[in-house]
Amino acid sequence: MQLPDAEMLLQELAQQIRPHLTANSALVGIHTGGAWLAQRLHRQLGLEIPLGVLDITFYRDDFSKEGLHPVVKPSAIPFAVEGRDLILVDDVLYTGRTVRAAMNELFDYGRPGSIHLAVLVDRGGRELPISARYVGAALALVENQNIQLEQDGQGRLSLALSN
Amino acid sequence: MPNNPQLNKNGELQHLLTIEGLSAEMLRHILDTAEPFVSVAEREVKKVPLLRGKAIFNLFFEPSTRTRTTFEIAAKRLSADVINLNIGASSQSKGETLLDTVDNLAAMQADMFIVRHAQSGAAHLIASHVAPHIHVVNAGDGRHAHPTQGLLDMFTIRKFKKEFHNLRVAIVGDVMHSRVARSQIHALTTLGVPEVRVIAPKTLLPAGVEHLGVHVYNDMAKGLKDVDVVIMLRLQNERMRGAMLPSAQEYFKYYGLTADKLAHAKSDAIVMHPGPMNRGVEIDSSVADGKQSVILPQVTFGIAVRMAVMSILAGS
Repeated sequence: MQLPDAEMLLQELAQQIRPHLTANSALVGIHTGGAWLAQRLHRQLGLEIPLGVLDITFYRDDFSKEGLHPVVKPSAIPFAVEGRDLILVDDVLYTGRTVRAAMNELFDYGRPGSIHLAVLVDRGGRELPISARYVGAALALVENQNIQLEQDGQGRLSLALSN
Repeated sequence: MPNNPQLNKNGELQHLLTIEGLSAEMLRHILDTAEPFVSVAEREVKKVPLLRGKAIFNLFFEPSTRTRTTFEIAAKRLSADVINLNIGASSQSKGETLLDTVDNLAAMQADMFIVRHAQSGAAHLIASHVAPHIHVVNAGDGRHAHPTQGLLDMFTIRKFKKEFHNLRVAIVGDVMHSRVARSQIHALTTLGVPEVRVIAPKTLLPAGVEHLGVHVYNDMAKGLKDVDVVIMLRLQNERMRGAMLPSAQEYFKYYGLTADKLAHAKSDAIVMHPGPMNRGVEIDSSVADGKQSVILPQVTFGIAVRMAVMSILAGS
């Protein structure tokens, strides 16, 4: 399967987001792929409010089955969430469980004015009522296939498949 | 290490009973996991839903304020239900055995026991007795171990000194009666601190302490020379039988940490104390409240480290 170019999808995403930005907009990336994307979008869109980063490990719904993730990074939201219009950024939207966990975590920082979702790839397969406002590309993948974002030494993003 | 009673068959931490025998990798994993819990405490809502629905029993057979409270806060910040039992005041005085008490609490659907006991090995005994889904944390057993204190001390050292491999650390005072000192020594040597010193009068040093890999000093000026970290221990009057010391004043004169004695350490050395402090006995107020003191950050970090330990155990 020919995968789309992640750098082009990033430009597509930036174009979709730009018309909706206000002075109250802030970006929050989900570790790890979403944080890379959010960093690039933040620079490209010239947002003044600093970038937020979430590690959703403490909010996952599979802790009792899977235990604690081996590497947990600190979440950092360097602005007041209260009343803010947030754009949550992730690399791949699949079951929707990560997004649910991220929203739960965001509400522990305050009550946002709104949250919209931006993803590079929507691969379907939702298990929760969640949809993205900004989507780089929609891809149909079989169930046991995994798609993930990678970043090389120069910071170039690319998509890769694994089974 | 198949015989380590703290690990399950997958090599994961099932109970935390002592630092002795845990790998450097395991210790670093606990310290790394504590890091994001520090930032949880800086938020509007200082809670995460990780241990929702879990019942954590604080079994304190010995008085404690700081340790019990920080375990309670840690458990509550993980959204667990916390039940505090002051055992000395109830069952034991009616003659119930330790394991009967534990069985009864397990029948109340306990998921984790935090155990403080005057008898060395009490937490091990409970851990070897409970069903496999129940986790045990040793919160101090006799003179043996106090692993979460040792871990929070390592976390504090790493926060202020970044690395372990280039440090000189002195542990000062009543090593003989201190379970904290034992846990600290095991943690420091495991994490690769090249020089661990203990400074104490001969009467307060356990026989064979040098076999733990420490350098022994009886003189503060020599022992504190050029150290990066000074860890003071509390003089444990309640654990002493008979006169090991002439008097508290005499002890302070030779082993109390004053600004003059601290001047022998490096100028950026940090001063730690597990609490509760005896001001004017093992530490002078000017040092305890001075700019090199990190005694209160230790308490704050203790919450994050205990959150990390409880989450790792509950997820194993």
